[in-house]
Amino acid sequence: MSLDDISIKVAADLNSIGSVDALLNEIATRLERFIASGETAMIDLKSLPFSPSEYEALRTALGRGEVSARLETIGDSELYETHYAGVWWVTHYNVEGDVIADLIEIAAVPAILHSQPEDVQDGLERLQRTLSQEK
Amino acid sequence: MEHETLEQRLHEQGISRRSFLKFCAAMATMMALPPGSASAIAATLAKVKRPSVIWLSFQECTGCTESLTRSHSPTLESMIFDMVSLDYHHTLQAASGHAAEQARDDAMKEFHGKYLLLVDGSIPIKDGGVYSTIAGRTNLDMLLEAAEGAAAIVAVGSCAAFGGLPNAQPNPTGAVAVSDLIKDKPIINISGCPPIPAVITGVLAHYLTFGALPALDALGRPKAFYGETIHDRCYRRPMYEQGKFARTFDDEGARNGWCLYELGCKGPTTHNACATTKWNGGTSFPIESGHGCIGCSEPKFWDAGSFYAPLPAPTADIASVAKTAAVVGAAAAVIAGAVDRGKKTQLQQSLVKLTVEDLKGD
Amino acid sequence: MVTQEILLWVRGTGLQIAVAVFVIGMVFRMLHIRMLGRKKSLAQARGSEWSGGLRTIWKRSLVSTRLSARGYFTVIAGFIFHIGFFVTLLFLSQHIDLIRAVLGLHWPAMPRGVIDMAAVLSIAAMVALLVHRFVDPVKRLLSDFQDYLTWLLSFLPLLSGFMLLREIGFEYITLLTLHIASVELLLIVAPFTKLAHMFTTFMARWYNGAVNGFKGINI
Repeated sequence: MSLDDISIKVAADLNSIGSVDALLNEIATRLERFIASGETAMIDLKSLPFSPSEYEALRTALGRGEVSARLETIGDSELYETHYAGVWWVTHYNVEGDVIADLIEIAAVPAILHSQPEDVQDGLERLQRTLSQEK
Repeated sequence: MEHETLEQRLHEQGISRRSFLKFCAAMATMMALPPGSASAIAATLAKVKRPSVIWLSFQECTGCTESLTRSHSPTLESMIFDMVSLDYHHTLQAASGHAAEQARDDAMKEFHGKYLLLVDGSIPIKDGGVYSTIAGRTNLDMLLEAAEGAAAIVAVGSCAAFGGLPNAQPNPTGAVAVSDLIKDKPIINISGCPPIPAVITGVLAHYLTFGALPALDALGRPKAFYGETIHDRCYRRPMYEQGKFARTFDDEGARNGWCLYELGCKGPTTHNACATTKWNGGTSFPIESGHGCIGCSEPKFWDAGSFYAPLPAPTADIASVAKTAAVVGAAAAVIAGAVDRGKKTQLQQSLVKLTVEDLKGD
Repeated sequence: MVTQEILLWVRGTGLQIAVAVFVIGMVFRMLHIRMLGRKKSLAQARGSEWSGGLRTIWKRSLVSTRLSARGYFTVIAGFIFHIGFFVTLLFLSQHIDLIRAVLGLHWPAMPRGVIDMAAVLSIAAMVALLVHRFVDPVKRLLSDFQDYLTWLLSFLPLLSGFMLLREIGFEYITLLTLHIASVELLLIVAPFTKLAHMFTTFMARWYNGAVNGFKGINI
């Protein structure tokens, strides 16, 4: 017997309660603000009581755009631009592959993709050390 | 010896700033802070001196420690433990016997007035507290001593926060909560059986980031996690509003994911973050798995009737009381009736018959 | 710790006390009235006491067609309140859960929309009746403290119940505690006030009808 033999179905009519529409409106408002003043924004998806089907509906509504990126740091992170430029879907995983943060980010580039000054400084030092060793 | 900062510690371990930012994003999510605050959290956390933490386990099942060490955050156990210096935890530490007790004494002396005291388990106080002892000392004695020099106390789990299972009727060991014994220190209650691991770590992160306890509700629980009920944030809430209830665990309603109110769900009266934070690394929470909330983060949840009795159901036997009351009422009425009849007969007998002679008299 | 423990108390000991007082009080009063008795009529019966009694119980539950405007208002508003009250009492799924837990009996619940409407109409009717009681000089003159007390005791369960369903104003746990407590107050006071009419009404109607029935009067 497999899981499919158990007649459990995700109630589809939950979509009608409008959480997804509300969130899409929120995203539109934030996009307007981003265009007008350059103000970036983040929406924490884990703080919203979505049912699995609503979550899927949101994924479908936002779609996938041209860019995607992957971080490999204390577990993976998956980032991609949605069908709407400037709207990024950012999902952080831990090493076990569990979702630890799930965000919609309104920005030209998600903040975490930028190289951090501390890391740049650190990298420079390492590079210099390597160069001095080679001499 | 002051502990080093988290930044130094992470740098030594070769953990990048970007990793740390990711960790802080997870923290912000946990603490229900605006997601944009991750960078501010990172800036503060990096500079904070790691505080000393003493963890005392009393009358408990170690489920709370299990919960924390399975905390899902960025490999995260390591990072959480990097945020603090866990100087005593008798289940986790390598030292044992006198060496372990020595470590506690040292930490208490060295960081007097500054260390965080974490407590899981209730404290039995009946018969001088003899029902739970560590190294020959009662839990009561140990708590009072450790609390004296603590900056703040975190009561982890429903046992430490409210007395929990040991405190359930008939409470044979006289188990009480930390807040029943300690009145002069700030206490944070992180209730739940076990508490959500992210909540434990979230509160630690909050304490470190802001240098103060988070805002607490009337029961001493952080509002960020216990501000709303399970029912408030339940994805099956629309079913409740529409009156769609599962009646058994395997009927059509249960399969369709209808509301579990009639199957005893205590979500409406239970404050916790399960519905949004979820369990097992965000997999699900009990209602999502088809089982009602049992209300484990609320006081006296063991004594609140069956886990499977709906909220409107009485927690005591009403039918027998009603039957007895009917008999008592009937008996009282029969007695009152007999008294009435007695009075009536008496009055009838005391009547003097009026005769024609009486009328003629005047 | 306070709210959870108060809720536990009202769901347990509090309810036991309320039910005990209500049942003792009601059984005592009803039986006591019954035992006052009547002298046995020696006349020959010209009709059935039972059919006369039952007919009067039924007929006086209908709206009389011979009423003044004021009378119509009181009777219609009274009807709306009572019907709404019983619809919410007997057909809200949570109430059926309670009845099932205590008596083991259960029946299908009405949709939430119907319950909501019944509750709103019932609350509105009660408010209208109270206003009328203040405004109408005759009613005001006739009203005493007990009239206002019993109004309040019947109104609170309805109001708190509606607020609970819609989660208005307070947290669920607070509203649930208040709702149960208000019902317990009603149960405790009912046998000893005009609220005892929930049983005595039918007794009185049956008595009047039975007297007429015995005499063969067909009203």
